Amino acid sequence: MQRIGVFVCHCGTNIAATVDVKAVAEALGHEPGVVISQDYQYMCSESGQELVKNAIKEQKLTGVVICSCSPRMHENTFRKAAASAGLNPYLVEIANIREQCSWIHKDIATATEKAIILGRTAVAKVHLNTPLNSMESPVVKRALVIGGGIAGIQTALDIAEAGFDVDIVEKQPTIGGKMAQIDKTFPTLDCAACILTPKMVEASQNERITIHSFSEVADVKGFVGNFTVKIKKKARFVDETKCTGCGLCTEKCPMKKVPNEFNMGLDNRSAIYIPFAQAVPKVATIDPNYCMMLKTGKCGVCSKVCSAGAIDYKQQDTFIEQQYGAIVVATGFNPINLDKYDEFAYNQCPDVVTSLELERLMNAAGPNGGTLLRPSDKTHPHTIVFVQCVGSRCDDEKGKPYCSKICCMYTAKHAMLIREKYPDTEVYVFYIDVRTPGKNFDEFYRRAVEQYNVHYIKGMVGKVTPKSDGKIDVQASDLLANEQLHINADMVVLAAAIEPDKTARPLATMLTTQMDTNDFFTEAHPKLRPVESATAGIFLSGACQGPKDIPETVAQASAAAAKAIGLLCKNSITCNPCVAHSDELMCNGCSSCEKVCPYGAITYIDKEFRMPDRTTKVRRVASVNPAVCQGCGACTVACPSGAMDLSGFSNSQIMAEVDAICK
Amino acid sequence: MNKNLKEQVLRSSGVNVLKCMRCGKCSATCPSYDEMEYHPHQFVYMVEKGDIETLMKSESIYKCLTCFACVERCPRGVEPAKVVEAVRLAAVRQQGGNHLEPTDIPALLDEDLPQQAIVTAMRKYAK
Amino acid sequence: MQVKENFEPVIVAFCCNWCSYAGADLSGTNRLNYPTNVKIIRVPCSCRVNPMFILRAFQKGADGVIICGCHPGDCHYTSGNYFTRRRITLLYSMLDFLGIERNRTRLEWVSAAEGAKFAATMQQFTEDVKALGPNRRLEDLRCRKQ
Repeated sequence: MQRIGVFVCHCGTNIAATVDVKAVAEALGHEPGVVISQDYQYMCSESGQELVKNAIKEQKLTGVVICSCSPRMHENTFRKAAASAGLNPYLVEIANIREQCSWIHKDIATATEKAIILGRTAVAKVHLNTPLNSMESPVVKRALVIGGGIAGIQTALDIAEAGFDVDIVEKQPTIGGKMAQIDKTFPTLDCAACILTPKMVEASQNERITIHSFSEVADVKGFVGNFTVKIKKKARFVDETKCTGCGLCTEKCPMKKVPNEFNMGLDNRSAIYIPFAQAVPKVATIDPNYCMMLKTGKCGVCSKVCSAGAIDYKQQDTFIEQQYGAIVVATGFNPINLDKYDEFAYNQCPDVVTSLELERLMNAAGPNGGTLLRPSDKTHPHTIVFVQCVGSRCDDEKGKPYCSKICCMYTAKHAMLIREKYPDTEVYVFYIDVRTPGKNFDEFYRRAVEQYNVHYIKGMVGKVTPKSDGKIDVQASDLLANEQLHINADMVVLAAAIEPDKTARPLATMLTTQMDTNDFFTEAHPKLRPVESATAGIFLSGACQGPKDIPETVAQASAAAAKAIGLLCKNSITCNPCVAHSDELMCNGCSSCEKVCPYGAITYIDKEFRMPDRTTKVRRVASVNPAVCQGCGACTVACPSGAMDLSGFSNSQIMAEVDAICK
Repeated sequence: MNKNLKEQVLRSSGVNVLKCMRCGKCSATCPSYDEMEYHPHQFVYMVEKGDIETLMKSESIYKCLTCFACVERCPRGVEPAKVVEAVRLAAVRQQGGNHLEPTDIPALLDEDLPQQAIVTAMRKYAK
Repeated sequence: MQVKENFEPVIVAFCCNWCSYAGADLSGTNRLNYPTNVKIIRVPCSCRVNPMFILRAFQKGADGVIICGCHPGDCHYTSGNYFTRRRITLLYSMLDFLGIERNRTRLEWVSAAEGAKFAATMQQFTEDVKALGPNRRLEDLRCRKQ
């Protein structure tokens, strides 16, 4: 038999002025199961809580109903009070008679009547409340960072700084990502390598950070605090532990006609290569698509010249498995493929380049040693046209619907650097809008216009035609002058839109995190939880969540690290006990619940059941992982057999509330 | 601004002019740009404003080659050529304009002109 | 059956914990009045509202049921309200089949900041249900108040 206590709060005059609290207490005292019904001036005060605690002890209450303010206000207060008096905190229910009754109604009679109904509803619910215990789930004190660009490096450094082990998984032979390819950074124009490479070295020297370069995440299992990740270490045919990075093999390798991806294919590298001088780890990698030894079995020069004996042509892909408490995704971005943009002649003319290619052309470590030369004939360009929004803000299948955010600023940077270094060069920038929201950003753009005389023209380039004399005809509109222009250019630079890395989509499936239609990871809340994914224990860092410049990326990377540290500090995590659970005897294994679960908390297991005739039968039934379930209840409605129910908001409890209101 | 006319142009073209982000790529790509008084991007903008009579009176509607370069290259999928075509249609379909008075015909008569052409013109342009 | 002179409908409101319940609280904090007929049941997410609950309410004598959730795209659980939207759409066709007036059930998006919208919605919904009169079609006569 239930023994329920009802406590009606006056809240000073907040409630008592419009609700006859004595009448409410009196009426609720007659409800079935109610053994004590009291009213008090301030229920949330110390003495009010004492009143509740004493009643729980003296009356041996099995349920408590507090008629007071919103549960969003003081539910926790009363739950704690109940717990300290020895009653399970989930046996406390709040009837909201302030925000949803006394404050909105003026007539005492009707307000009192409503308050009684609300109280009755809470009593009806508390009859069916069951004691719930928060589960504790242990936390593995190790984090995984997927992606070794500036976002991943910053996150790893911050987590390691807090004293936790971190692994970085990077698919390229070196960490560094896109920032390593960039020449200068806006708006300060300091050199990217000068600020990035010390961080790369710091990451490699930090004893808490393990870098798995040339590796990929192959499989992810588990849940927050306890992920099991399988990492595939791709064969690089060089023993990482032996290679000293001397680079002799790369010099001697006879196969030197391999497009150099680090320089965007603008020059060549050898089949065995170190991507760039400051690579971390500084270890050679053999490209099996070009290596003569691996392709035909005839060569072996690198193995002969390597004094460390690091070359191993028989190396295989290996897999390692590791437990992690938190995972940070930092997979980054890539410029889109411009093959479909015939009008810009990107594929027809080597002097039409993307902005990232221009970065390499201008970089001191790039193909031209830092002198800006046309890729076609290595002459100095005198007229350069920049085209903005190539593939960004597009509403068609060729481009991306969003603004890539960084192009306006890096184009201003490029234009400024070119004018600075080569004042005889005319620079035209065709823009639709110049978007420079950021600290010192608009000043930077104005400097390009006012100080460096970059010609900013409002309009778009419609057609780029390479001519037989090596020049390029750029046909564009100048909207403000209302005329069509033809510019005789030497080079055209396209600000290609950026898109998430192609590896992000399969990764999101493995992590059961959500992505938007553009394959950017979706954050748990667009404003208030920007670095967490909706899946607990998975955090987002950098451009995998949306287009970002370097300062924003680093800020988000540290924010993601802080969130991950917050999780790793705990020995165990307390889970919300109001989670779904399935009645295995009723479950028919239809998978409806699995499909609607936004968190991937439901899995199916084969379980043996004893049948009435003493045989056993294996049936496929749903199983909810309470550590992952967030308790939304979508599955409870999807379940056709009624096997799925939500603790704290069970079908019978809500039905009882409905009945009590309609009575 | 003539709301009915705007409605008619929008409906017959099937174009949502509000998708335009004013980049001007249509005009940048237009081969008859120099021939036109109003350019493709202006067509889109003026239709949005409802200033269609001006466009109807302009020679520009007959200068568009309907080559669809603007349709092909518009990043927002606005299809300016269809707007031009719709304005052209609005001009052609004008009722009561009475472009051809019966009394004008004798002066225009040409021995080589087929009889049928005159009848068609009467049907098309007379009240 | 005689229609009562001053018909006061019974209205059940399901509010999601994160947006609409907070919106309801806000209308209280701002002292925005709405009829006492509306009684709110708190659910974690609008997708927790089983169409069975709505039918049960009608069976037990409710005259109107309103479900409030976060705006599409704002769901605390990322996609819950999309499920709700589809389920309620399906429920509508069933209610149509049963001959229940469509205006007795409503799905409304109310954010935690929209206290005024919550009050206005409840005001309007109560008036709509009042105009429809008592729910008879689905009411279980054994449940009727004496």
